[in-house]
Amino acid sequence: MFTMLKLRSGNFMEIPKSFLGYKRENGRVGTRNHVVILPVDDISNACAEAVANNIKGTFAIPHAYGRLQFGADLELFFDTMIGTGKNPNVAACVVIGIEPKWTKKIVDAIATTGKPVEGFSIEGSGDTETIMKASRKAQEFSQWASEKQREECPLSDLWISVKCGESDTTSGMAANPAVGNLMDKLEPLGVHLCFGETSELTGAEKVCATRGATKEASDKFMKTWSDYNDFILKEATNDLSESQPTAGNIAGGLTTIEEKAFGNFQKIGSRKFIDVLTPAEEPKKGPGLYFMDTSSAAGECLTLQAAAGFNIHLFPTGQGNIIGNAIEPVVKLTGNPSTAANMKEHIDLDVSKILKREMNMDQAGDELIKTTIRAANGRLTCAEVLGHKEFIMTKLFRSA
Amino acid sequence: MSSTDIIIHDEKDNVGVVVIDKIIPNQDCNCWIMENDSSVKIQSKNEIPLGHKIAMIDFKEGDTIIKYGHDIGKVVKAINKGEHVHVHNVKTKKW
Repeated sequence: MFTMLKLRSGNFMEIPKSFLGYKRENGRVGTRNHVVILPVDDISNACAEAVANNIKGTFAIPHAYGRLQFGADLELFFDTMIGTGKNPNVAACVVIGIEPKWTKKIVDAIATTGKPVEGFSIEGSGDTETIMKASRKAQEFSQWASEKQREECPLSDLWISVKCGESDTTSGMAANPAVGNLMDKLEPLGVHLCFGETSELTGAEKVCATRGATKEASDKFMKTWSDYNDFILKEATNDLSESQPTAGNIAGGLTTIEEKAFGNFQKIGSRKFIDVLTPAEEPKKGPGLYFMDTSSAAGECLTLQAAAGFNIHLFPTGQGNIIGNAIEPVVKLTGNPSTAANMKEHIDLDVSKILKREMNMDQAGDELIKTTIRAANGRLTCAEVLGHKEFIMTKLFRSA
Repeated sequence: MSSTDIIIHDEKDNVGVVVIDKIIPNQDCNCWIMENDSSVKIQSKNEIPLGHKIAMIDFKEGDTIIKYGHDIGKVVKAINKGEHVHVHNVKTKKW
């Protein structure tokens, strides 16, 4: 719907052809050069954090799970852990678990990328000895990674994920369509793109399904959405009419769930999605837009997108969500002038001038492209500077 | 360029969104249609706060509200052009 605006507004910024990234062994490119200490399970967090504390240039990604999971929930756990380690923003990885078997499974899968990775298990030797051995390896990895240099890479090496949060009416008017404008301009350059939030598309699901590039993609989307909706109908004590839109949404002017969903949907511009991914699934159909079945909770959604290999994230917000991610830099933008002023330290790009007609959508999209490339080149995002490293596992059902 | 009071996303939309602190009754408002970067005017009938919607046409019960170029709900109580559009006169078609 914004293609017409594009045609009429004329003056385009010339989109840069390249950015500076870290070339990895498997051909992927990172926007960051992290050395990660990855605990396999909750009880290995202490050990992983001790190693990260010992060895500068590394950090741990503690989390709450990894024990007694089974079935599809266990598979998603492994996909999330392995995908996180494989992400090109991670230069090297030390994996620490209580038992050798699951630790090795994760190490072996990360090793297929060709990046340095080594696993340590605690059982039989205790925390102290494991910390010593793992710290020696972490030091080697940290010094090795510190010599990596950024190189010029084509823009098509960007894998951009998007998700919005704390939305209000300004999200649908300014920040979300600015992301859509960026997608419209970058998709033709061969960038990978990903949106999710199955629940928040409710109300716009039929229109969203028509955005499948093929009948197969459309059908896959409707099946994914219907499965989610069946789950809601099964678990919920009433329909969503009391909670979607929320009381806060209504106070802000959002009237129906459809209106909220179409505001969210502005993020994909006029693009069509080429495939539907399961949570944390790596895209395999080449460049283009993908839909991923995710929760609409920001921490969970971003963790799944990062595990699928996306290397930079765009996060439009209305009222000011402050989310970051352990391995993906999160670029935040808002169209809400109060949020831009009162939560300035969280906002990488202010597009609130759109509301005063002092900026049009094309200009907002161009500004967002510039901000995204600066972050990809290494400029720390607000979330990174403020220490946001959220890593939130999606749990499908309770553990055994 | 005169200041913008109301934003309309799509040419097909029959509601606009207030982008100033509030609109007072009988205010002559400047509307910006984003899709084609054009302007229209409308006179308000109610006070409408920031972020809330104004009717750009007359609606009768059963009509459809269009925003972003899409169906976002049904009119459950007649609305006159320039009036506040919200949960008191519009409902989802979902439930």
